[in-house]
Amino acid sequence: MKMTGADAILRTLEALDVEVMFGLPGGAILPLYDAMARGTTVRHVLARHEQGAGHMAEGYARASGRVGVAVATSGPGATNLVTPIADAWMDSTPLVCITGQVRSFLIGTDAFQECDITGITIPIVKHSWLVQDVEELPHTLMAAFHVASTGRCGPVLVDVPRDVQEAEFEFSLPDSITLPGWKPPRRGHSRQIAAAAAALATAERPILYVGGGVLNAHATDELLALAEVARLPVVTTLMAKSGFPETHELFAGWPGMHGPKWSNWALNKADLIVAVGARFDDRVTGKVSAFAPGATVVHLDIDAAEISKIRHADIPVVGPLKGVLAELAKLVKPDLVEGRTEPWLRQIDEWRTQFPLRYREDDSVLKPQRVLESLQALTAGRDDIVWTTGVGQHQMWAMQYLLCDRPRTFISSGGLGTMGYGIPAAVGAKAARPDATVVCIDGDGCFQMTAQELATAVLEDLPIVVVIVNNGYLGMVRQWQDMFFEERFSQIHLTQTLPDYAALARAYGALGFTVDSPDDLDAVLKEALGSGRTCVVDARVDPREHCFPMIPAGAAALDVMEYPAEEKVSA
Amino acid sequence: MKHTLAVLVENKPGALTRITSMFARRGFNIESLAVGATERDDVSRITLRVDCEQHSLEQIEKQMHKLVNVLRVQELPPGESVERELALLKVAAPASKRTELMALAEVFGARVADLGPDAIVFELIGSPEEVDSFQELVRPQGLQELVRTGRIGLGRAPRGGKPRSSQQVMV
Repeated sequence: MKMTGADAILRTLEALDVEVMFGLPGGAILPLYDAMARGTTVRHVLARHEQGAGHMAEGYARASGRVGVAVATSGPGATNLVTPIADAWMDSTPLVCITGQVRSFLIGTDAFQECDITGITIPIVKHSWLVQDVEELPHTLMAAFHVASTGRCGPVLVDVPRDVQEAEFEFSLPDSITLPGWKPPRRGHSRQIAAAAAALATAERPILYVGGGVLNAHATDELLALAEVARLPVVTTLMAKSGFPETHELFAGWPGMHGPKWSNWALNKADLIVAVGARFDDRVTGKVSAFAPGATVVHLDIDAAEISKIRHADIPVVGPLKGVLAELAKLVKPDLVEGRTEPWLRQIDEWRTQFPLRYREDDSVLKPQRVLESLQALTAGRDDIVWTTGVGQHQMWAMQYLLCDRPRTFISSGGLGTMGYGIPAAVGAKAARPDATVVCIDGDGCFQMTAQELATAVLEDLPIVVVIVNNGYLGMVRQWQDMFFEERFSQIHLTQTLPDYAALARAYGALGFTVDSPDDLDAVLKEALGSGRTCVVDARVDPREHCFPMIPAGAAALDVMEYPAEEKVSA
Repeated sequence: MKHTLAVLVENKPGALTRITSMFARRGFNIESLAVGATERDDVSRITLRVDCEQHSLEQIEKQMHKLVNVLRVQELPPGESVERELALLKVAAPASKRTELMALAEVFGARVADLGPDAIVFELIGSPEEVDSFQELVRPQGLQELVRTGRIGLGRAPRGGKPRSSQQVMV
């Protein structure tokens, strides 16, 4: 069938069952948008900024387990996608970016809105293509989706010059994809899996240290089965949060810089760590040489390059986690395991009781932790809540206080730590889960980076609830300046009242609420959660509050600093 | 410790940039690099020389393998591979020095590629170590310009019995 390159892009996306793309048009991508106007089954969500489009595609991918698609024009449109691409790279989020490029004969001439986006993004994509021949377009797009979603997931970019979008050719979908250099592992080595099972059979203090890979691998059921059959405690990283039910008796919390002391102790005092799609990130390990000093490490990962990158793996297993975990669970003999880990589980439970999360309660002021506690209480047991966050103190409190029992219900920027991620990610998550109430826990700093996407939420009928934990500061920076820079506060004061967030919300056609007292909090949150509309709750909290526990950068993970000791225990 | 890596890549735009970018980004240094054609039109061979610890070498190999254009990564272990380099050396050669220079060249099997009234351009093909030696010997004579291709290498031809293939990187 004869058609243009632009039409071929849409026909290929349709054939790949793409439901939605997030983007913003411009000169070099006009032919594709013209093709959209002529009709496609793929929904287009119009973002207000390409960075928003990119994070929406990420939020969609993380909430749905499918590939996210972002579209932008050349030059500044494409460079605005760089942050989401880097974010997707660090967090292994499957993302396909389609960018327009200036006409082929203009490439290299510094033409209007020309920029070498394939060059710029080389260090942060799995692969990229500059399509030079319209005949290659269908195969290239199919290859892009394949590369983004197989092996270790991640971002890819397809740059399409305007004349390639306009060129006519005889369209047909290729029967198969030819990528001779792309051979992700298909299954784990059974001898290595047997060695892992043998290590589990003799360990006294084993633990599953789970990373975001388990969600990308769609392996949460297999993880649960393994934990239950072998009676293993489970810690999940920020990226894996919601990958294991957090009200489960075997759940042992979140390790790392702001994880509870008992979680860090459980991981660091283990004699066997089974790392599952995790990468021993510095925010988890603290000082690497002091990390889990007595542990043998089994490392299960689809990416061979993660094996022994940071911490030596005694037993590496490279392969897709779904199969590896299932095979491992099969080899664990319940009769051998019976009761063996119970003393260890009891020990962790004692630590849990001994070192709970704490903060100073005060009825006269709204505490940020209280906002998260209330949200948790108001949504407990609901399976239709999806959380997203920005980056900073509010994100860490969200990790600590919100309990997620279902996979893909906590979506946060981990590796890159991208402020402003929360709102657009929430819009994308809502597109993936229209049935769900999507709540973005944001900071006031983060909110101001991507607030324009409230317009997208309202006009595209993708309602989200944004709860700003508003302390008027770049709070995490404030905390570091307070603790590690001798209280020399530098360029962190945003003010709690400018802008008036509720008024800004109303300006965008959303509902706006302001709350600054613990007494009014629950009523406001209830109204927002139940409204079915896009809402902004400006929760003005105590700006002096620091996020604890904390492992100072470079310190050993066992040396967790807790909330100052004189404070009483909450909840 | 120095290592030689033979990397087969698809002959596609940007393939080399992706590899060198990975080295730069992850803080690995490339000591020498040579790219050229292979027996297949659609495949290029890159010979890389790196100076790093074993742990970094493993990382380099694995990270390269993840690149979509990379088809194969092999280390060429010393003794099990043939490594060569081509050098062109322009040496000051007044009439009084020529005999000495020509004798030196003969020892190394260097050819005269060009001859002028004041200088000679030698061409030398040999192991990179031989090139090093020749370079140092002619330097005091007035080495004016030097260019080296960087080392290229292949696993040695199989001998009788078990083939002595170089070790393929596990992925």
